[in-house]
Amino acid sequence: MRRCGHLFTIALALAAAVLGPVPVGAQTTVGVSATEIKIGNTNPYSGPASAYGTIGKAIGAYFKKVNDEGGVNGRKINYISYDDGYSPPKTVEMVRKLVEQDQVAALFQTLGTPPNSAIHKYVNQQKVPHLFVATGATKWNDSQNFPWTMGFQPNYQTEGRVYAAHLLKNHPSAKIGILYQNDDYGKDYLKGFEDGLGEAGRKMIVLKQSYEVTDPTIDSQIVNLKNSGATVFFNVTIPKFAVQAIKKTHDIGWKPVHYLNNVSSSLATVLKPAGLEASKDLITALYMKEVTDPQWRNDKGFTEWVAFMKKYYPEGALDDQSNAYGYNAAILMVQVLKQCGNDLSRENIMRQAANLKNVELPLLLPGVKVNTSPTDFAPIEQEQLAKFNGEKWEVFGELFDAFRKH
Amino acid sequence: MSTSRLPRLLGLLALLAVACALPFALSNFRLFQFSQVYIYAIAILGLNMLTGYNGQFSLGHGAFYAVGAYVSAIMMDRWNVAYGWTIPVAGVLCLIIGFLFGLPALRLEGLYLALATFSLALAVPQILKYFEHWTGGSQGIVLTKPSAPFGLRLTPDQWLYFVTLAVLVLLFWLGANLLKGRVGRAIVAIRDNHIAAEAMGIDTALYKSLVFGVSAAYTGVAGALSASVIAFVAPDSFNVFLSVTLLIGSVIGGLASISGAVFGALFIQFVPNWAQDISKAAPWAIFGIFLIAFMYLMPFGIAGGIRRLWIRVAGAPVQGEGRGVSSPAHTTTRMEESS
Amino acid sequence: MDILIQQIVSGLATGGIYASLALALVMIYQATDVVNFAQGELAMFATYVCWTLLGAGMPYWAAFLSTLVIAFAGGVVIERVIIRPVENAPILSIVMVTLGLLVICNSLAGWIWTYVQKPFPSPFSSTPFKVGNIVFGAHDLGQIQVTLLVLLCIYLFFRFTPLGLAMRAAAHNPVSSRLVGIRVGWMLALGWGLASVFGAVAGMMVAPVLTLEPNLMGGVQIYAFAAATLGGFTSPGGAVLGGFIVGVVENLVGTYVSFIGTELKFTVALAMIIVVLLVKPTGLFGSTVVKRV
Repeated sequence: MRRCGHLFTIALALAAAVLGPVPVGAQTTVGVSATEIKIGNTNPYSGPASAYGTIGKAIGAYFKKVNDEGGVNGRKINYISYDDGYSPPKTVEMVRKLVEQDQVAALFQTLGTPPNSAIHKYVNQQKVPHLFVATGATKWNDSQNFPWTMGFQPNYQTEGRVYAAHLLKNHPSAKIGILYQNDDYGKDYLKGFEDGLGEAGRKMIVLKQSYEVTDPTIDSQIVNLKNSGATVFFNVTIPKFAVQAIKKTHDIGWKPVHYLNNVSSSLATVLKPAGLEASKDLITALYMKEVTDPQWRNDKGFTEWVAFMKKYYPEGALDDQSNAYGYNAAILMVQVLKQCGNDLSRENIMRQAANLKNVELPLLLPGVKVNTSPTDFAPIEQEQLAKFNGEKWEVFGELFDAFRKH
Repeated sequence: MSTSRLPRLLGLLALLAVACALPFALSNFRLFQFSQVYIYAIAILGLNMLTGYNGQFSLGHGAFYAVGAYVSAIMMDRWNVAYGWTIPVAGVLCLIIGFLFGLPALRLEGLYLALATFSLALAVPQILKYFEHWTGGSQGIVLTKPSAPFGLRLTPDQWLYFVTLAVLVLLFWLGANLLKGRVGRAIVAIRDNHIAAEAMGIDTALYKSLVFGVSAAYTGVAGALSASVIAFVAPDSFNVFLSVTLLIGSVIGGLASISGAVFGALFIQFVPNWAQDISKAAPWAIFGIFLIAFMYLMPFGIAGGIRRLWIRVAGAPVQGEGRGVSSPAHTTTRMEESS
Repeated sequence: MDILIQQIVSGLATGGIYASLALALVMIYQATDVVNFAQGELAMFATYVCWTLLGAGMPYWAAFLSTLVIAFAGGVVIERVIIRPVENAPILSIVMVTLGLLVICNSLAGWIWTYVQKPFPSPFSSTPFKVGNIVFGAHDLGQIQVTLLVLLCIYLFFRFTPLGLAMRAAAHNPVSSRLVGIRVGWMLALGWGLASVFGAVAGMMVAPVLTLEPNLMGGVQIYAFAAATLGGFTSPGGAVLGGFIVGVVENLVGTYVSFIGTELKFTVALAMIIVVLLVKPTGLFGSTVVKRV
């Protein structure tokens, strides 16, 4: 009687095995044929981080546009993106599928620090280009030990340092209060900020408060920060909580020098809901054009992006900075592929990725350029401070270049 | 009895032979997926013992899985202990923790136990992040994948496949012996009619706590194995979805069923991937639909469904493991209606 | 002293959020004996419906009431179509179905409205008012008032109306109820409908504070469970009180107990659930179930 059940199990197992064909070799360049290049990606299309899933979709839409216009050097991009739900074990499985089964030429914009940490060793062992990872963590710029992994955006620690530098210069005797998300993202910002302050500067911190993504509100933390007597507020929160933080700070009549992390600098999703009045004088560091900022309305890069969104990704929101981010990243990837010419081996893809000189992307701030070299795996390292004047972000000061500060 | 056991034994051996042959027919990636299936099957069997056979709801088995994984990871990373030794240690530790959790849980039933275990599952990621010094905080711990010993010419994936298969066979055999013997009958009796069981002299408190412990031990072992197979642990891997997924696997496979654990594991490993292939836009909606459809068609899980099919086809009386699913608190309330 | 009072006030405000969803949970449990894991997601979905109506130009209260009607209909349909086939299945099967519903709702919401967070308007003014140094958010106060109003309605409904009595009967003793002529199936559907309405109210009150996104209720739901557990799943009033208690205790412990601080605030809520379950499983105000043997 149980045999029936067991035969069923066998059948199921064999079916599953058959569904995944053993990869047919005989391709001289992995993931590349005369007509296509396979690019692999994992993104959280479900689960707690699903808000970022739109990046993967924006990238797919851009590649479709490129394909419609003839592809890269005559080859179409075959973009394969899997959902990992922001769960590292799932990321490992999906990336292994991309590398071992789908045989992609390169991995691109895999999202999230824990997911990328889980596959970091594996992709380097397998010698697969792991390009422009979508996380702000600092550890992807290690060309010595992990020569196949490359970051993309200015990392969080750098940004923290930028704020610290500004603070030391302009408010040397301040009392600092910090609110941060209790995970690698929040802690990375914190580390950069504290490192930037230095030994002496660190003593200025009077209170640190953290919160979890599952907390419904952070009102309690804001109240505590105000009561600590802090005159400077370093606000490391994701958009959902940034709205609350800005609003509550304003409501309880606390008026600190308010540094807001770049992640939550969107006008439409954060500043407007929090209140434009309440958001006045917020300081942030930008490297991209903020897509809901009216000052870019007639900018060429912006209008091209809007046209692209309307044609290729109409379900995507025009007030979601993530869609601009994905667009920029995809353009950079295409640049790398173009530079490869006809040699799309993994080695050459990596070589070209490490050979980007002063590349301009349409939605980067004027003056910010992409630069990489065999010892510099951080493509974008320039940022500029901006202050919100009640209507838009006004950049001020000089372009901060983390590379030069090394 | 012995005449019907021989074909069954032969069937199982044939299955085992096929399982051992797979590493030489499948790609490393598929083996990786199957190792995951075996790991889930062990975890689900643990959950089955508690929820299916003993009627104690647990929405928190992800917590034991996490404990097993982290114990293994910390031992390998900090103290350079070989992965093989970390597995029994994780099992024993979870046995103790499960037993200790089972003691106060004696007072809770049905919904309330579900809530208590649910809270446990939710607390785990935060606690893991808090003890950063040991657990590496939200960054997690990166591990090295073990390779085959004695210079055996097997890839790490093939070797780990055999390891997980061996642990699976061992634990399933132990579990079957436990559940089919006196202990198993006592456990089921407690589920079906707590008070009658007490009246018949079964020490319900002891058995219920023990089952909790054993169940946690199984899931802890599964977690420890996963640390080696994935080679990475982080709090994000052990959130509440894991507990829910294990419960789903358990119910879909068939709650009071040993083979059900394997079916459930296959479901939770492969169906989300199929759902992705079907719909890129809303894959989890597809998964939810699959889930609901399964519940309509096979409320007693796949194993239960097969059993019913067999009854209808062969007309034979059922020599099943436990009965189908029933839940203590609600069985009594619903039974009340008919009295 | 000021800090203490402010934290208590903030705690009450947050607690109001938990209380409103807890009411919906308790409602369904009282009517159908099932814990609906999808309650939060259904509430979120209803809130999105309201958002769509507002976007189409409807004035706030018209959209609010229309959403309540739609939510009611939705709840009834879900019960009759999706839950009905498994009504008599083991309890875990029903739980599985509600989990499936949870996942479907979340996924659909993300697909239809994207994951970008959307601001949701509050019917109350946005200027806070101050008493001395303590700041009270106008929306927070308004929300608490609405929650208490809903609670009053539930109480009156169950206590003083024949329909309410019929629903309670159907939940406690379906067989006898049928003998008396109560259409048990429709009572269950009604229960779901009403719970959906309360969920929608919760969602629309909460969204202005938490910003509308598919994962709106994710964090709140767990706290709502804590509130319902503390107060008792069989007592709507208890659930509301439970919500306030959880909100306040959480804030006070986070502020004054430094080794817990804000890093383990959530764990505190969970520990509260476990402690209550161990000491008095039916909650502070729940009625103990007496089982006949």
